[in-house]
Amino acid sequence: MMTIAQAAADLRNKTISAVELTQQYLDRAKQYNGALNAYITISEDAALAAAQDADGSLARGEAGPLTGIPFGVKDAICTQGIRSTGAAKILDNYIPPYDATVIAKIREQGGVIVGKQNCDTFGHGASNENSQYGPAKNPWNLSKVPGGSSGGSSAALAADMCVYSIAEDTGGSIRYPAAFCGVSGLRPSYGRNSRYGIMPMASSLDTVGPMAKTVEDIAIIMEQIAGQDRFDATTLPNPVPKYTTDIAVELQPGMTVGLPKEYFEMEGLSSEVASAVEQAIKQFESLGVTVKEVSLPHTKYAVATYYIIVPSEDSSNLARLDGIRYGVRHETELLKDVYMRSRAQGFPDEVKRRIMIGTYALSAGYYDAYYKKAQKVRTLIKQDFEQVFEEVDALITPTAPTTAFGLGEKSQDPLEMYLSDVFVSPSALAGIPGLSVPCGFDSTGMPIGLQILGPRLGESVILQLGHQYQQHTDWHTKTPSL
Amino acid sequence: MAISKDDITRVARLAHLSLSEDEISSYQEQLSSVLEYMDILNEVDVSQVPITAQVTGLEDVFRDDVVVDCPEVQQQAIIAEFPKDSDGVLTVPAVFE
Repeated sequence: MMTIAQAAADLRNKTISAVELTQQYLDRAKQYNGALNAYITISEDAALAAAQDADGSLARGEAGPLTGIPFGVKDAICTQGIRSTGAAKILDNYIPPYDATVIAKIREQGGVIVGKQNCDTFGHGASNENSQYGPAKNPWNLSKVPGGSSGGSSAALAADMCVYSIAEDTGGSIRYPAAFCGVSGLRPSYGRNSRYGIMPMASSLDTVGPMAKTVEDIAIIMEQIAGQDRFDATTLPNPVPKYTTDIAVELQPGMTVGLPKEYFEMEGLSSEVASAVEQAIKQFESLGVTVKEVSLPHTKYAVATYYIIVPSEDSSNLARLDGIRYGVRHETELLKDVYMRSRAQGFPDEVKRRIMIGTYALSAGYYDAYYKKAQKVRTLIKQDFEQVFEEVDALITPTAPTTAFGLGEKSQDPLEMYLSDVFVSPSALAGIPGLSVPCGFDSTGMPIGLQILGPRLGESVILQLGHQYQQHTDWHTKTPSL
Repeated sequence: MAISKDDITRVARLAHLSLSEDEISSYQEQLSSVLEYMDILNEVDVSQVPITAQVTGLEDVFRDDVVVDCPEVQQQAIIAEFPKDSDGVLTVPAVFE
C-alpha cells in the first residue's frame, strides 16, 4: 500500500520513475476492475503521457508534492480530454473541454490521472447501486456495496488501484464510502475548495475533497487544491493553512471533543459500530483530549431537510442536461420531444425520482411548505453546530450507522437508503468540515468509520485529531485481500 | 400527503421528463411516502426563523467584466461535443409543429 508521502519520496530518490509507478497502478487498476467495477474509464494513454512529463519535471527538480503520483477522479468531476460521464448514460460520450479547478491544480504540477471512478449517477445515492454503469463492489467483500455516492473512489483506493482519489461530497458522498471501505476521506468546509467543473447536484451543499490512505496524505492534497477560485464565486478568500504542519502537533490537554448524544442514541446504530467508536474515544482520552457529551437538538430533522433541499437544487441543476449542446441526444421531429426523450432515456430511476421530488417541492403552491420551510430548519441545524463549537473544539460520531450492507439489500426502498445519511447530512447542511477515518472492523471483517466534525474552516483541528489518532492506531494500514 | 396521478403528470411536464405508465404509478407511490416522511418538519416552529440559502457569509462577490479569449483548440473541443452541427453551428429540430 503506497501513500503520497512514500510515493513522493521514492520518486525523488529515483527508486522508481513516474512512468514505472503509473504503469504499476494502471496494471493493478486493469487487473481488479473486472471484479470491483471501480473505474468507468481507465485513461491509460493520458496517464502515461502525464507520467512522462512528470519524470521531466522531477529530473529538472521542479516537482511539486503531487508530481508523478497516480490518482483517480470521481466521474462526476470534469477532466479535460478524458471522458466524464457522471455515471449517466446521457453523458456516455462526453469529453469535457476543460478541467475542474481542483483537477487543473493537480495536473499542472504533474499529477497522473489513472481513470474516472464509478459513482451513483450524478452522486444520487449512498451505495453506488444507482450507477448506470453497474455498481462498484466493496474490496473487503465483493457481495457488499462500497458505499456512495463516491463508491468507485473508495473501492479503488482500498484496493490500491490509485494512490488517492478526488471525489465530491454533497451530504456524505466522501465520508460514507470512505467508512465502508476502510479509507480516510475529508469533506472540506463549503467554500474551501472550488466547485468549478464538478457536475452540480445541490449547489448550496456541494464540496470537492480528497480520499486517501492516511490523514497525512489528505493534508498534503488539501494544501494543493484549496483556495479561492475566480471561476467559483462561493470560494472563500481566507488563506489556506499549512495543514501538514498543523497536523503534526501532538494533541494538547485542554482540547475538548464533544459527543452529540442524539447521534449515539440514534435508532439503527449498530452495536458493533458504537463499540468501535467508543474504543476510539478512549484512545483520544488517553492522548489527553477531554471528552464531553453535547446536544444537537435538531438532528432528527436533518434527513428530511436534506432530502427537500437537495432534490430541489438538483432538479434545477439537471435542467441543463437536455441533449442539446453535449451528451446523448434522442433525435425526434420536435425540439420539445428531444428534451423529454433525451432526459427520459439518459437518466436512471433515482435521478428521475429526485427531479420529480425537487420539481414538486419548488412548484407553485408547494414552495413555502417544502423548500422554504427546509431552508428555515437548515438555519436551526446550523445554529446547533455553532452553539456546540463554543464549548468544544471538535465532535466525534460514527460516520455511518452500520458497516457496508449487501448489494441489493436496500435498493428497493428509496426512503430507507436516504436514512443512511443520518450522521453525514447534518454537517453538510451546516457547511462545516468532516473527516472519516477507519476505527475498526465488525465481526464479519467489514471496516468501521469514525467521523470527526469541526467548526467552519476548522480543517486543521479535525485533520490533527485524525492524524494523531493514526499515529497511535493501525486500522488505516489494514488492506483487503483480493 | 397523497399525490395524485395528475400531480405526477404535471410535475413530469414541468421537469421535461417523459414517463411511462409504470413510472407514473411507481413515482406516485414513492413520492407520497417520501413527502409523508417530510411532514416531520411540521413539528418545528419556524415562524421566527430566517432561511439559510448559503453558508459562506460572502455577499456581493464582484469581478471585473472582461472578455477572456477561448483558444481555438478549446473551441473545437466544445464544438466536437455538439450532438449535431452544421459547419460548426449547433443545430436542433424545429421548435414548432
